[in-house]
Amino acid sequence: MRPFTSLTSSCVVLHAANVDTDQIIPARFLKTIERRGLGAHLFADWRLDEQGQPRSDFPLNSPDAVGAAILVAGDNFGCGSSREHAPWALLDFGFRAVISTGFADIFRNNALKTGLLPVALSTSAHATLLEQLAESPRAPVAIDLESQTATLPDGTAHAFAVDPFARHCLLNGVDELGFLLEQDAAIAAYESTHTAHVCTR
Amino acid sequence: MTPKTLVDKIWDAHLVRPETESTPAVLYVDLHLVHEVTSPQAFAELRNRGVRVRRPDLTLATMDHSTPTTPRSAGRLQVLDVQASAQLKQLETNCDEFGIKLFGLDDTRQGIVHVIGPEQGLTQPGMTIVCGDSHTSTHGAFGALAFGIGTSEVGYVLATQTLLQRKPRNMELRIDGVLPRGVTAKDIILAVIAKIGIGGATGNVLEYSGSAIRSLGMEERMTICNMSIEAGARAGLIAPDETTFEYIAGRPFAPAGADWDAALARWHQLASDEGASYDRSVQLEAASLAPMITFGTNPSMAIPIDGHVPNPSEAGSGPERVDLDKALRYMALEPGQSLLGHAVDVVFVGSCTNSRISDLREAAAVMRGRRVAAGVRMLVVPGSRNVKREAEAEGLDRIFLEAGAEWREAGCSMCIAMNGDQLAPGQSAVSTSNRNFEGRQGKGGRTFLASPLTAAATAVAGAIADVRTLS
Repeated sequence: MRPFTSLTSSCVVLHAANVDTDQIIPARFLKTIERRGLGAHLFADWRLDEQGQPRSDFPLNSPDAVGAAILVAGDNFGCGSSREHAPWALLDFGFRAVISTGFADIFRNNALKTGLLPVALSTSAHATLLEQLAESPRAPVAIDLESQTATLPDGTAHAFAVDPFARHCLLNGVDELGFLLEQDAAIAAYESTHTAHVCTR
Repeated sequence: MTPKTLVDKIWDAHLVRPETESTPAVLYVDLHLVHEVTSPQAFAELRNRGVRVRRPDLTLATMDHSTPTTPRSAGRLQVLDVQASAQLKQLETNCDEFGIKLFGLDDTRQGIVHVIGPEQGLTQPGMTIVCGDSHTSTHGAFGALAFGIGTSEVGYVLATQTLLQRKPRNMELRIDGVLPRGVTAKDIILAVIAKIGIGGATGNVLEYSGSAIRSLGMEERMTICNMSIEAGARAGLIAPDETTFEYIAGRPFAPAGADWDAALARWHQLASDEGASYDRSVQLEAASLAPMITFGTNPSMAIPIDGHVPNPSEAGSGPERVDLDKALRYMALEPGQSLLGHAVDVVFVGSCTNSRISDLREAAAVMRGRRVAAGVRMLVVPGSRNVKREAEAEGLDRIFLEAGAEWREAGCSMCIAMNGDQLAPGQSAVSTSNRNFEGRQGKGGRTFLASPLTAAATAVAGAIADVRTLS
């Protein structure tokens, strides 16, 4: 996994709450067996018209969006399906972080495991950010994972929560599998005292 | 001793390592269900790292999502989509290489992952069950802690049979009383989601309790637990009881003989203790419920079928109003309008929410001796090949076919629109599935979620109809 330490970038604002993973990456693109290449289909039905051309009224297509690595969206971002293709598509498109006031559980888990940082700000900090970006759309936001703060364009720093273990993995660019594989003895001990409920064989 | 909830008991029994401030718990997984869409990249990761599958004997794979449901020719299912075909073949290769049992397209037990687990007796009380699919919450109907995971975690479970998890909060959803006529499990869960909201149970496991829940059969309980995720819940579950045990007994993978007695003794201990505390409790009166239908673009946007579409101008000025405005535009609906009589193009009966034999019986009871209205396409898609055979043995297929509906092969079908079954842009459907997100059933398609009874009544009327007043 690509490490995440800090990031300073302009933002794209998606003025929508409850953005579901079917919008982030529609199911018809899930027939792939690869992780890469999904960025081409990110928000496909919102971003592209019937001819597959960018819709000029969609924020990701705005000239202000060029080079932005932070997506700012409304509450409960990533609700719906468990498809990890959603964070894969966001990463593949060029995003490294999503700022919201809240994330759906599975999306947050998936994002943290793929190197996309979900940043949940307080409602007031989020509203402040939206105001500042409305005024200066290209203004940068600085996200620092070590200190768990997001610094808004006006220089105010706001704390956000991240599970300490996920933070450790992101800062060091390691995934959880290495840790779980190291638990082999504990897992074997558990298995020796717990009879399996079923056998699929 | 501190009284424990059902979730506390299952959680404690599966701790390989308890959680600390710095590290989540290492939680053991009793059953891992796998399907073609969310697993290929996980198997690839195992291969990259030279890791084997730790417990193939606790793993089962099936094909359902990108699987076509067009009728078989000479017993074989034709997969015409090149990408879907490659994905299905990849699952075969992966299962073969890693020694995992696969209910493939030629297996008579193939079907939707959340239909076959319970059907085979693999889903049992007190277990931890995961799958790369958010509707894994379905299995909670048996008093199992079952939740959806992403592809990275599918890889972790394949490799170690464990997951790193923080303990979720525990929310009680109590529904007492007797359900009025025409009100089903689907209506209960749509009412629950409408009440607590699309993110109302985020971070929580929902435990459904109360006399109305106790009176439900297992398939109805599965419908309820299935849609827990639509309120943001990590999982949904119901304490096991005699109804549960009776359902499991005698199924292919269920314990038998002395093992059955031991299992039963264990299962009897699972229900939440008297006085156990929940982080939050919500109550609903069964008698106050009506058949429900969604009008918007997420499952919480639901109203009683004889109600009226809400007016965004009465929803304040915040994000809720923006959401509602956008939803009504997408659905081409007017504020304040009734949905009764609203024309639809398609009726879909199927999905992991409502494709079991009792769902098909309900729909068939409405369709018997009636016809699908002209201009309406009705698809009936059994959840598994077993359900299909059972329905055919009862003659349900004849009822649907004689009414002018399509009787199809088992799979996710039009719930997910990645297998050939989908709406055309601008079409409207009443669907027994679980999600009405924009484009969920096909780009530009409009979905109204409802029960199998409402779906069947709508097919007959050619427009959204109230089964209680169907002539």
